[in-house]
Amino acid sequence: MITHDIVVVGGGPAGMAAAVAAYDAGVTDVVILDREDSVGGILRQCIHNGFGLHKLGRELTGPEYADVYRAEVEKRGIKVYLETTVTAVTPDRVVTARNREGILKIKAGAVVLAMGCRERSRGALNISGTRPAGVYSAGTAQKLINCEGYMVGRRVVILGSGDIGLIMARRMSFEGAKVEAVLEIMPYSGGLTRNIVQCLEDYDIPLYLSTTVAEIHGRERVTGVTIAEVDERRQVKEETKRYIPCDTVLLSCGLIPENELTRAAGIPIDPVTSGALVDENRETAVPGIFACGNVLQVHDLVDYVSDEAEIAGLGAADFVKGVGPAGNTVETKAGHGVRYVLPQRVHTDKGADVALFMRVTEPFGRVRFTVKSGDAVLATAVRLKAAPGEMEKIVVKNEKLAAATAPITVSLEVL
Amino acid sequence: MDRSLICIICPRGCALHVSGEGDALTVTGNACPKGGQYAVDECTHPTRTVTSIVRVANREDTMVSVKTAAPIPKEHIFDVMQKIRAAEVNAPIEAGTVILADLFGTDVIATKTIR
Amino acid sequence: MFDIAIIGGGVIGGMLARQLSRYQLSVCLLEKESDVAMGATKANSGIVHGGYDPEPGTLKAKLNAEGVQKLYDVADEIHAPYRKNGSFVCAFGTPEEEATVRALYERGLVNGIKGLEILTGDEARALEPALSDKVSLVLHVTNAGIVCPYELTLAAIGNAMDNGVALKVEFAVSAIERTQKGFAVIAESGARVEAAYVVNCAGAYADRIAAMVGDDFFTIIPRAGEYMLLDKNEGARVSHTIFQVPSAEGKGVLVSPTVDGNLLTGPTAVKVGAPDHTETTPAGLETVARLAAKSVPSVNFRQVITSFSGVRASEKRGDFIIEPARSVQGMLHVAAIDSPGLTSCVAIADYAIELLREMGLATVEKADFNPVRENPHAFREMSDEEKDAYIKAHPAYGKIVCRCETVSEGEIRDAIRRNPPARDIDGVKRRTRSGMGRCQGGFCMPYVMRLIAEENGVAMERVTKKGADSYQLIGKL
Repeated sequence: MITHDIVVVGGGPAGMAAAVAAYDAGVTDVVILDREDSVGGILRQCIHNGFGLHKLGRELTGPEYADVYRAEVEKRGIKVYLETTVTAVTPDRVVTARNREGILKIKAGAVVLAMGCRERSRGALNISGTRPAGVYSAGTAQKLINCEGYMVGRRVVILGSGDIGLIMARRMSFEGAKVEAVLEIMPYSGGLTRNIVQCLEDYDIPLYLSTTVAEIHGRERVTGVTIAEVDERRQVKEETKRYIPCDTVLLSCGLIPENELTRAAGIPIDPVTSGALVDENRETAVPGIFACGNVLQVHDLVDYVSDEAEIAGLGAADFVKGVGPAGNTVETKAGHGVRYVLPQRVHTDKGADVALFMRVTEPFGRVRFTVKSGDAVLATAVRLKAAPGEMEKIVVKNEKLAAATAPITVSLEVL
Repeated sequence: MDRSLICIICPRGCALHVSGEGDALTVTGNACPKGGQYAVDECTHPTRTVTSIVRVANREDTMVSVKTAAPIPKEHIFDVMQKIRAAEVNAPIEAGTVILADLFGTDVIATKTIR
Repeated sequence: MFDIAIIGGGVIGGMLARQLSRYQLSVCLLEKESDVAMGATKANSGIVHGGYDPEPGTLKAKLNAEGVQKLYDVADEIHAPYRKNGSFVCAFGTPEEEATVRALYERGLVNGIKGLEILTGDEARALEPALSDKVSLVLHVTNAGIVCPYELTLAAIGNAMDNGVALKVEFAVSAIERTQKGFAVIAESGARVEAAYVVNCAGAYADRIAAMVGDDFFTIIPRAGEYMLLDKNEGARVSHTIFQVPSAEGKGVLVSPTVDGNLLTGPTAVKVGAPDHTETTPAGLETVARLAAKSVPSVNFRQVITSFSGVRASEKRGDFIIEPARSVQGMLHVAAIDSPGLTSCVAIADYAIELLREMGLATVEKADFNPVRENPHAFREMSDEEKDAYIKAHPAYGKIVCRCETVSEGEIRDAIRRNPPARDIDGVKRRTRSGMGRCQGGFCMPYVMRLIAEENGVAMERVTKKGADSYQLIGKL
């Protein structure tokens, strides 16, 4: 068994930003474990641009954004174990990992979980029909095309209008494929508006809302799909069924935080975010274990992943230095129109402002968010529009927070 | 002109409205000046950044990601793609290396370092 | 020229090949798909049935009763995973259902089954707390178990091949001709295998094979059943296999743990389909969820990781058909093997060998028969210390390819190299569980494809999902 002050599980944008932040806070004995052969995580396959506008003030592609952080990691001499897969984390912070050299056991002063997320699979979607080749999760197709240089199909139907699906619609078009349609089972898209414009509208790719794949056809390779509209209960309307010939189906139906290690460590999970329950430092309910990035909550922008990871990295550094937050905490709760609020608990005597992050339940026009503790209003914020695909952030001032004793509820009213 | 469009400069996605003619276009709905410029450009000469990949000839199954260093006229996206598809490079390559020079007023550059 | 050609690489053909491989015989196993265990074997409940159910006096009753222990014994030798977890057959408060439970108990005694007991609902819930409050009476079958049907088949065929049996995949039999010394079995591709004896183990296609020699005395009625498999998070929901007594809605849906730690629910009230009818339907899956919840209300169907449909090779008489061909000499039909066929597979193989002897086959034991197949999962069952030592000697086991099921590059390469070799992505999946977890191959598939391509010396684009034209890629960019 070896020891390190901080072990970061995952070398994607979250893990790298957390490690850098912890290092800069004075805890220099920090290591990153990553299962792939280079750091960067999923950004390595996200070759499109649009990253970094918020965080770095310039527009970068995924690999470029990852490179910014890789350079920071290298500059500090932070050790990165590559092709090293963590298989267990215990509540007393022993991290077990495996690589070609053997089994690695590290006793960590603090652990930062940054494993990211996975795509919802066909199985989890329970799509009927046969099981031919040619059905990919959008990210798998993205990896095969962008990292390995193979084309996956010629005529494509994409189920799910999440950002990866939209990006892949354009990507497949660039490489000469015909994207027949993007289908979204909900009455609105979960992707960013700009992606609908620049990935679908630019290439005349139709987006059908309240529509799904009712059945996949083909024995060996996909030969087509039956698509259909759905009612309010998301049940297929039989009379709307129609057949679209295609050889490829891409699925972009949501991301699921990969919290198997987290669960096995006995860390409680929020059923709504599917990530750990954390405080404002992104510390889980198990002391000294922190979580950030898409393993904590699925983000729409990597910029916010980096922000969140810095919070977790600082939190882990404080924990190692023994100066972590103490005192009272209050829970946060989602009120009307709000699906979840993160962090799920907040120290009231932290002595600093705390940003709350949230997603709304459905698309709204102009809304006012109100953050209350009991009858006391801690913060309000007006937005011109709010959509489930776009994370909201509201800052609660230190002095307001200090007075909070009852659970903090965030709700919205339509203006 | 009387055109509604959605800004793609940043994820905020402002709903823009463009009116007026010729050099006297008026934009409303933009939260920042970049959005105003985007709306005018989009109505007069729309441009896009193209991102793709180029095969690394001396590495098995390795691709280097690339982009146009500046946005190019939208109508030339597929012309640029055709050139990118035909290109090949050899490793090592530093991110930022010019892979195809001077295409529609800009270069195609590597966005990944292949060591 | 082989002594015996077996048509069909399912659990029956595979186990027959394995049992024959102990003799001084040349045996060839013919399979139409790119891999073995691809028909009814691939998609069924994976249950070792106690033997209380078959009508006394039938072949099913006899071979089920003999088959349970034989199966456990062979599974031990060939390292096929199984678990004797016991099963419950539940009545839900009606006098008719309770009478059925008692009748099944009596029938089990007639069939010579040991270890049966009747439990009250409360007694059953004490053993199985997740059981529905509505369960009023239970037949507890203590010798019942669970087995992975395709792993059993892979192990049997692997062991058979290690003992000299030849396997030909993508050999879809299109004709059987008489020759001077026996038969010529001809494939759609034109390939030809000659053998003195032919055994028809063609599952849902057995009647078509029979018709090739002029036999039409049985007709297979393919019946499809749909299943849903749940994440390992749900795997401990029950420890026993929970059946319902047969009702108007069909034979009932089971809720069972699997040997791999998942939870299996299904099948639907079976329906007639084509032999290759393996589509799932929204209605079918809804039925599975509803009926499973009747037995175990707390099953969380948000944890479904995949659904599938399997075809049973049934026949109207309701019994196994294991008898010589009527139109030719030297051919044996082993047909209509539906439930409890998996349970009975070793007993069926042994019974078939008896019949072959009666038909004139000479069976002389081989001196060098090795009944043992090395455990393919030895690595994953090691302690961390043992793994560490093993990785230091074999670094490929340190590279995890499938993160959900923790499968290493070394284990995948083994699956591609050892008998019967995995040739495609699904073949690797069935042998190693790579791609069988939560992400269903989303992350590991490109890596697995690369390993298959590398091991077989072919291009990535030639790697298939499941043989034939099931290509994943259409070319290089």
